[in-house]
Amino acid sequence: MSEDNGTKAMRFDLQVISSWIKPGSRVLDLGCGQGDLLHALQKEKQVHGVGIEADEEKAAFCISRGLSVLHENFNEDVLYYPHHHFDYCVLSQTLQQVYEPDKLIQRLLEIGTKIIVSFPNFSHWRVRMQLLCTGVAPKNDHLPYEWYNTPNIRVITIKDFKKFIRTINATVVKEAALNSRKNERFGRVIHFLPDWRATYGIFLLEDGASINSVPGPEE
Amino acid sequence: MSDPRQYFTFADNGEPLQLDCGRSFGPVTLAYETWGRLNAEKSNVILILHAFSGDSHVASHDETDLEANGPGWWEAMVGPGKGIDTEKYFVLCSNILGSCSGSTGPSSINPDTGKPYGLDFPVVTIRDMVNAQKILLDFLGINSLYAVVGGSVGGMQVLQWCISYPEMVRTAIPLATTMRHSALCIAFNEVARQAIMTDPKWQQGKYPEDDPPELGLAVARMIGHITYLSDEAMHRKFGRRLQERDDLSFRFESDFQVESYLNYQGTKFVRRFDANSLLYITKASDYFDLNKEGDPTINRLAGTATRFLVISFTSDWLYPTYQSRELVQALKRNGCDVSFCEIHADCGHDAFLLPDDRLINLISGFLSGAASNE
Repeated sequence: MSEDNGTKAMRFDLQVISSWIKPGSRVLDLGCGQGDLLHALQKEKQVHGVGIEADEEKAAFCISRGLSVLHENFNEDVLYYPHHHFDYCVLSQTLQQVYEPDKLIQRLLEIGTKIIVSFPNFSHWRVRMQLLCTGVAPKNDHLPYEWYNTPNIRVITIKDFKKFIRTINATVVKEAALNSRKNERFGRVIHFLPDWRATYGIFLLEDGASINSVPGPEE
Repeated sequence: MSDPRQYFTFADNGEPLQLDCGRSFGPVTLAYETWGRLNAEKSNVILILHAFSGDSHVASHDETDLEANGPGWWEAMVGPGKGIDTEKYFVLCSNILGSCSGSTGPSSINPDTGKPYGLDFPVVTIRDMVNAQKILLDFLGINSLYAVVGGSVGGMQVLQWCISYPEMVRTAIPLATTMRHSALCIAFNEVARQAIMTDPKWQQGKYPEDDPPELGLAVARMIGHITYLSDEAMHRKFGRRLQERDDLSFRFESDFQVESYLNYQGTKFVRRFDANSLLYITKASDYFDLNKEGDPTINRLAGTATRFLVISFTSDWLYPTYQSRELVQALKRNGCDVSFCEIHADCGHDAFLLPDDRLINLISGFLSGAASNE
């Protein structure tokens, strides 16, 4: 992982994602927010990045900082790109807001060679305990909303996601379970009981058909 | 400085301009204005392309010019330290071929007859306008454009520039524009043309300079103005408020403020615009089509190095956002580097001309960002 300030200033999960991306590659970031990941990748890894962001102000901010960003909603706008146009499609903490995750991921596997997905792990022990002990919907640093105002229409656990990947004929190339608080720059990789202890899961996927392909140099 | 314009005439003795209609045409004069300084590498040129009724006066040049010729049509955007910063960039804008603000158009004198061309002027296209601009740039020794920027019919010229001279254009900003007119746009243009052509004073385009088809032209402009506004903007600006009266007149006078506003806009326009030019330019914009079935011209942008920033406005119903999205989709399909932003604005199509910090920041940020990425 880069020790540069630019990367270090990012959310910890974005630092991990960044470390998985090969220099000079083409990256599509869905739900890119203010473009922190793309900006760091562009500066440090000479990546050709494209972002998609539904919020006008954030999209405009990205464009005015020199990023190529589309003010669009990827839930509604079909992703018009040539086959394998991108080396990586990134869904960082956006999967929980996607209407049709299976269709979206399959579409991303067409326009991108690999997909990186990160999401808050709903089976973290605190989440489980909150529901068990208090009986109300879990709320914490990385899931800070009430049930009635959350943009997150789905709850995902690391186990659920692994099961899901098998049904959509994708392959896991690499995975990491992380523990970090939202917006914190520091975190650690969890090896022991990840589905209980990780706050985030990150997966690098590719098309199931290319299961025997040689891993890229970034691995 | 009373006239800030410079004039360049070509195709007078030498080669005539080959037009899309098949005719060879000349001489051609283009009126143009420039701001800022051309750098030694000639790499800081921004070409601004004006909309249908615009001219080369994008911004005032100094205080004296501001007093003499008034503010330009994009005064808020272009100038020292502004969104398009004339301290950094060399900005150029020329009046389009077929128009009436210094460049050759139907009201220009035909050297063969000594009279205005009228309908003898060839039906020009957006591509003809761009080809004429290219000859002007050749004359100025400019072979690279840092950016081409324009809204509406100016946006069509931006796209045509990218297609016709891709090696010259580094960045392109088409605003509030479309790859082709919808039936709705053509319909409005046709009503505007009919308003002029049914005015008895039009006389098949042969009206004298001092007695033009004023009524027809005014009505054409009123129709145009409606399409540049929006339901929300008209509601906010006028509502059902009455004009200098407390009650309805029960006569056919301007009861409502909106009527009075349109009448004023129509009358004002007659003083500065030529009726035949309106016919020619609306025709050129109706003919423009980069997305023809079979072999869409837009696909020629595949592999281009030009970076695009497409901007649309939520309440623009003349060139609605869906048309900008179609453009963005076509650019994506062709693997182009494109950014897109739909700005929330209630002022309709006119929004691109109005002072708006979001628009200014977007354009200035994109322009400097494009530089830092090279």
